[in-house]
Amino acid sequence: MTIKLEAHRIGLEYGDPESDGRLVALNDVSLSIHENEFVSIVGPSGCGKTTFLSIVDGLIRATAGQILLGGTPVSEPGPDRAVVFQDSSLLPWRTVLGNVVFGLECIGVRPSEARERAAHYIEMVGLRGFENRYSYQLSGGMQQRVNLARALVMDPQILLMDEPFAALDAQTRELMQEELLNIWQASGKTVLFITHQIDEAIFLSDRVIVFSARPGRVKESVDIELDRPRSLKLKRDPRFHAYEDRIWSLIQEEEKPRAKAAG
Amino acid sequence: MLRESYLACERGILGALAMAVFLVAWEGLARGWWADLLQPALGTAANVLRIRPIFLASPSAIAEMAFQMYFVTGEIWPHLGLSAFEFVVGFLIAASIGIPLGLVAGRYRLLSYAVEPLLAALNATPQVALLPLVVLWMGTGLPARIFIIVLLMIVPILINSHAAVRTIDPKWLRLARSFSASEWRLFRTIVLPAAVPFLLAGVRLAIGRGMIGIVVGEIYGSAVGVGVMINQAGSTFQTTRVFVGILTIVVAGLVLSEVVRRIERRVEVWRPSTSADS
Repeated sequence: MTIKLEAHRIGLEYGDPESDGRLVALNDVSLSIHENEFVSIVGPSGCGKTTFLSIVDGLIRATAGQILLGGTPVSEPGPDRAVVFQDSSLLPWRTVLGNVVFGLECIGVRPSEARERAAHYIEMVGLRGFENRYSYQLSGGMQQRVNLARALVMDPQILLMDEPFAALDAQTRELMQEELLNIWQASGKTVLFITHQIDEAIFLSDRVIVFSARPGRVKESVDIELDRPRSLKLKRDPRFHAYEDRIWSLIQEEEKPRAKAAG
Repeated sequence: MLRESYLACERGILGALAMAVFLVAWEGLARGWWADLLQPALGTAANVLRIRPIFLASPSAIAEMAFQMYFVTGEIWPHLGLSAFEFVVGFLIAASIGIPLGLVAGRYRLLSYAVEPLLAALNATPQVALLPLVVLWMGTGLPARIFIIVLLMIVPILINSHAAVRTIDPKWLRLARSFSASEWRLFRTIVLPAAVPFLLAGVRLAIGRGMIGIVVGEIYGSAVGVGVMINQAGSTFQTTRVFVGILTIVVAGLVLSEVVRRIERRVEVWRPSTSADS
């Protein structure tokens, strides 16, 4: 298997105005993601997982280390990566179609071609017939489908997903997880998925990477050896629960000293 | 049934009712109805409620005079035409300077820091007080009158355009950056659409100030214009004509505000609150 994304000893430090010192957000994060692999990062809140995603996207510059995508170093945003953002990042003044073509417009794709490509992905996420709706006319789940289509249409080498289902209600979230797997399987993308939901990470991923509390480091990488295709029934499988227990205790090890310090 | 149809237009009915009460009260003051009515109770003291036409024209007299001036003699049209011209030119200048300047100043942090104190000072300045200076610099001709209108209208337009950009949700700017949008595209696809509601609100404020500009600007030595007409009628005690001039400006202001409101609804179909707002 070829390595698609490689993070090599990524570190991020910035000046902390409160303590007058340096704040270390990420420390020595090294990981690699294979082609077509679905990898999730979980970790205690504030561990820098979203920051790490922003570094991969090129929105934030790491103060140490390097990101390699397909062997080329990454320093700024580019069409080889596309982000599915957290809730309600759709442009409210654009329709579904307008949002999906947004990224294509930015890289100068001709409008007619952009619309054609968008139509394909709008269909893929199940929103055919909703092309001319505005985001306020869509449910939370539908908005995140548009968000997903907007990233997929860029045909990126890697899809970066930043807690995309965090704001959805529990049922919608589960349905979206199942649907994401179907879309992922159909598109064959490499995915880096950030979440704080352990069951979501296990259900979706080939591998779950657990981050430590701040400064974020890779604490452990857990291979999820559950057959695909997966359905929601899997969440009641004892093997699924075993993974949940294991990852949960890894995170708890990180949360406990902090809770003590705070208590 | 009756109750339902009342509730359907409750807003209109109450608004119209209040207006009618106001007009009747006014008419009564001008015609001495209330004085006659209260004479038995108050005696001669009731006469304070009888206001002579030189001080207050009655609504019916104003309406009659307005009809005369608009449709019989037509004498108001040249005044109205010139004032409208001043207003339109003033607005176009104010908008074409104020909107781009405000947007650009809002977009660049350093420029914004530089411009903010100036904007605050400009906002605190009573522009009308600058009038003698304007006369000193430019005389009292058409350019000076337009200049005073620009001065008044540009303030809310500038401030709102600036605020519009400053208050854009950073997540949209991040989104544009993530998709490698160029600065120009970011301006067109994020900044401008997000700013439109603010811009239109600024224009709405500017309309009211532009009306002030017309009247104030024309007080200084113009021969034609609604402001001139009001001023001349006032100094010759033609109270009814004064009111016709005021009424003209009020109606123009209302009509323009309504036009802006319609534009708002047009361009903001994506905003749930305004499309639901009746």
